[in-house]
Amino acid sequence: MLRLLRMSIPGVVAVLLVGVVTSTPQSNPHNNVLIKNAIVMTVTHGNVQGGSIYVKDGKIAAVGKDVTAPADVPVIDAGGKYLTPGIIDSHSHIALDDDVNEATSPITPHMMMIDAFDYQDKAIYRGLAGGVTTSLLLHGSANMIGGQAIVIKHKYGAGRDAMLFPNAPRSIKFASGENPKRVYGSKGEMPSTRMGNFAVQRAALVEAQDYMREWDTYDAKIKAGDKDAKQPKRDLKLDALADVLRGKLLVQIHCYRADEFITEMAMAKEFGYKVRAFHHALEAYKVPEKLAAENVGIATFADWWGFKNEAWDAIPWNAVLAMRKGVRVAIKSDSEDFARRLNQEAAKTMHYGGASEEEALKMITLNAAWIIGVDDRVGSIDVGKDADLVIWDGYPLSSYGVPNKVLIDGDVYFDRSLPKYGMPHYQEGQ
Amino acid sequence: MKIASRRSLVAGFVLLISLFGFAQEKPVALKGGKLLTVTHGVLENGVLLIQDGKIAAVGTAASVKIPKDARVIDVTGMTIYPGLIDSETHLGLIEISAENMTNDMVESSDEITPQMHVYDAFHAESELIPVTRLNGITNVIVAPDNADTLPGQDCFVQLSGQSATEMLLIRDIAMPLNFTGEQRRNESWDKRKFPSTRMGLAAQLRQAFLDAQRYAQDRADYEKKKSDTRSDKEEKGPPSPPKRDLKLEALLPYLDGKKSIVLAAEEASDLETAVNLANEFHLKFVLNHISHSQAVLDYVARLKVPVIVGPIYEDPKPDERYDAVYSLPAQLQKRGVQIAFASYSAHDSRNLPYQAGFATAFGLPYDEALKAITLNPAQIWGVADKLGSLDVGKTANIVVANGDPLDLKTDVKEVFIEGREIPMTSRQTRLRDQYSGH
Repeated sequence: MLRLLRMSIPGVVAVLLVGVVTSTPQSNPHNNVLIKNAIVMTVTHGNVQGGSIYVKDGKIAAVGKDVTAPADVPVIDAGGKYLTPGIIDSHSHIALDDDVNEATSPITPHMMMIDAFDYQDKAIYRGLAGGVTTSLLLHGSANMIGGQAIVIKHKYGAGRDAMLFPNAPRSIKFASGENPKRVYGSKGEMPSTRMGNFAVQRAALVEAQDYMREWDTYDAKIKAGDKDAKQPKRDLKLDALADVLRGKLLVQIHCYRADEFITEMAMAKEFGYKVRAFHHALEAYKVPEKLAAENVGIATFADWWGFKNEAWDAIPWNAVLAMRKGVRVAIKSDSEDFARRLNQEAAKTMHYGGASEEEALKMITLNAAWIIGVDDRVGSIDVGKDADLVIWDGYPLSSYGVPNKVLIDGDVYFDRSLPKYGMPHYQEGQ
Repeated sequence: MKIASRRSLVAGFVLLISLFGFAQEKPVALKGGKLLTVTHGVLENGVLLIQDGKIAAVGTAASVKIPKDARVIDVTGMTIYPGLIDSETHLGLIEISAENMTNDMVESSDEITPQMHVYDAFHAESELIPVTRLNGITNVIVAPDNADTLPGQDCFVQLSGQSATEMLLIRDIAMPLNFTGEQRRNESWDKRKFPSTRMGLAAQLRQAFLDAQRYAQDRADYEKKKSDTRSDKEEKGPPSPPKRDLKLEALLPYLDGKKSIVLAAEEASDLETAVNLANEFHLKFVLNHISHSQAVLDYVARLKVPVIVGPIYEDPKPDERYDAVYSLPAQLQKRGVQIAFASYSAHDSRNLPYQAGFATAFGLPYDEALKAITLNPAQIWGVADKLGSLDVGKTANIVVANGDPLDLKTDVKEVFIEGREIPMTSRQTRLRDQYSGH
């Protein structure tokens, strides 16, 4: 009970939501399926020519050349097309109805993206039609410490709760550099410099440490039988920061410049939390060893550059140069547009730096899944994983690859051959 | 360290060669490649001969005689194609998007600014230009941004040269007329000013063209009076010329039909309004964007004008299918409309060929996609006698790549502009080499 009380309200909400999702029986009868005759790009163990996948209860039950399934299982003949895991977008702001930034204070860790989740946003559909099955919806970068993300599956038309990725780890968005200093500096407030940025961040973390000590003292008193001990006041903001310090949140940091990676990593060490990934990370190629040593991933653009000062040193070889030094690299969208064609963005790493097909694919599947913390569930075609699969017209890592069918949890959510939107489960007005 | 300095020596030498055009003196033969001629099919194991900055011969290895003094470059396994043409960019007008001091894309103080000339701002030393040509783009239209209905006049630019003067091949080649709704001044109620509606935009445009017609008339009257030899001169004194008005003067070549308007609209309703306006003043035009005009494509075809289409990455409207814009080039081409692609960008101009490639996944035939970034824009911009295909006599703007020009994976290995080898370096390759130990 005490623990539940101590848990932040968002935590409680998350638990409740997860409860709802997992206790609802799968209403869908289609999540058993045998897909035959595909070039299966597994991401983890090469390509299987003439491969089949048996999907049972929405999970991958078997994959290989000689896969059988019970006679009553429906069959999809892939017609020799390529088949990949569903694409995973590790940096997205879709479906938040423009409520991306609570840009009224540089420290807003108690903002919950779930509260802004617009599950009817057609951008979810358009991403789905581009093969995206899972996205991390993040707070914006106006604040040094922004809000807490949600992870969705692109089950457009299945309803709000069915779209939430069950039991996904919690992520929080941090930011650094130009955006916070511009947003607050333009109002004549702190921060207006990078010094201000980090001072504000450090001060918030110190406050959280004090808050935790207050609670620890209280807990100790209760434990010692002090019935008169006065419970400290709950503070949502500090609850969330305390969860950062306790390592309960994956810290996802918007950060462009190499010097700021170093500062952010030093601060994480100082306060005892881990950085999961730097997002954008356009200068990762300058300090790849340092990122690899801390096992910090990057979620970067393939070739976007020059849009602001801190993106001026961006080079399209960034992803591959970082990868070659052992950095876990994801290519992400950060854009409604790129989210529709992340396969093309990944293919650019084959052009710039000569990533192999599997390395390129990994950047939009397994590595992205790791950044979100769901790599044990999605991101490759392996037995036991969710059957989030894309059958492609054309070769996926080219200008010509277009999803023909997209399955999530074994169910077809997008089929290019169908008229109008191509969504078997969606009805207008839903 | 030693290696680095040797590299820079080589780079310097290459640069010298390029600067003084030494490479031009000797003919260059690209031998053994696959030639995508655009006009007469694909030639396997071909030879392309470059002499004096021009294409001197194109054919199969058997049919082309390579001069004895030619420098022969073995391009076996490579694909050779004409330099790509981007039909709308902001190259040379912007360096870092968010840094206002590097931004000369549009004069947004007034909606009618046809007297703005891209050539007055074009920054030949922009770091974006080498980045762009490394992907095989050799020629571009540089246009002002579309914040105004008449934001100024475009230039046709070649992405190589010692100065803006050399690179600006055709000044004031065309004039954008933007009617996409984005030109309204109505960001908020308190900042709203005329023209805050499409009615306002149209009225303002109409007035500008009427004023220009009157200005033309006044000038004609003056010329007539001046040449009039009859006697009333003595009574009234010599006629005085009308006061020179640069804004109205800039509109005259377009009212005369000597040059083309680039008419931009997105929605069908805006498109028809804009076309009617152009017809009212007998303006010659090509269409631009029309990303949300799917419902009136037959009407577009009947206009018998080319369309600069896209960007096809434009989001469809919420009630449209995911591929409503992706499939637009194919839908237009099917109706016999001549199309060209544009990046509408500065930093992303290098991605132009991928847009053409992607359109083929939605029904555009491959050859037409390639044409839409080579021969079609050359024809639309009136430079098809020099650019857009591998034909004898054309300017030797040539790309050598390790594969399909429209595919993302393809790496461009060499670019020739007017027969000169362009150094395959940019600010980005230098950063790459600096940090990756090359």
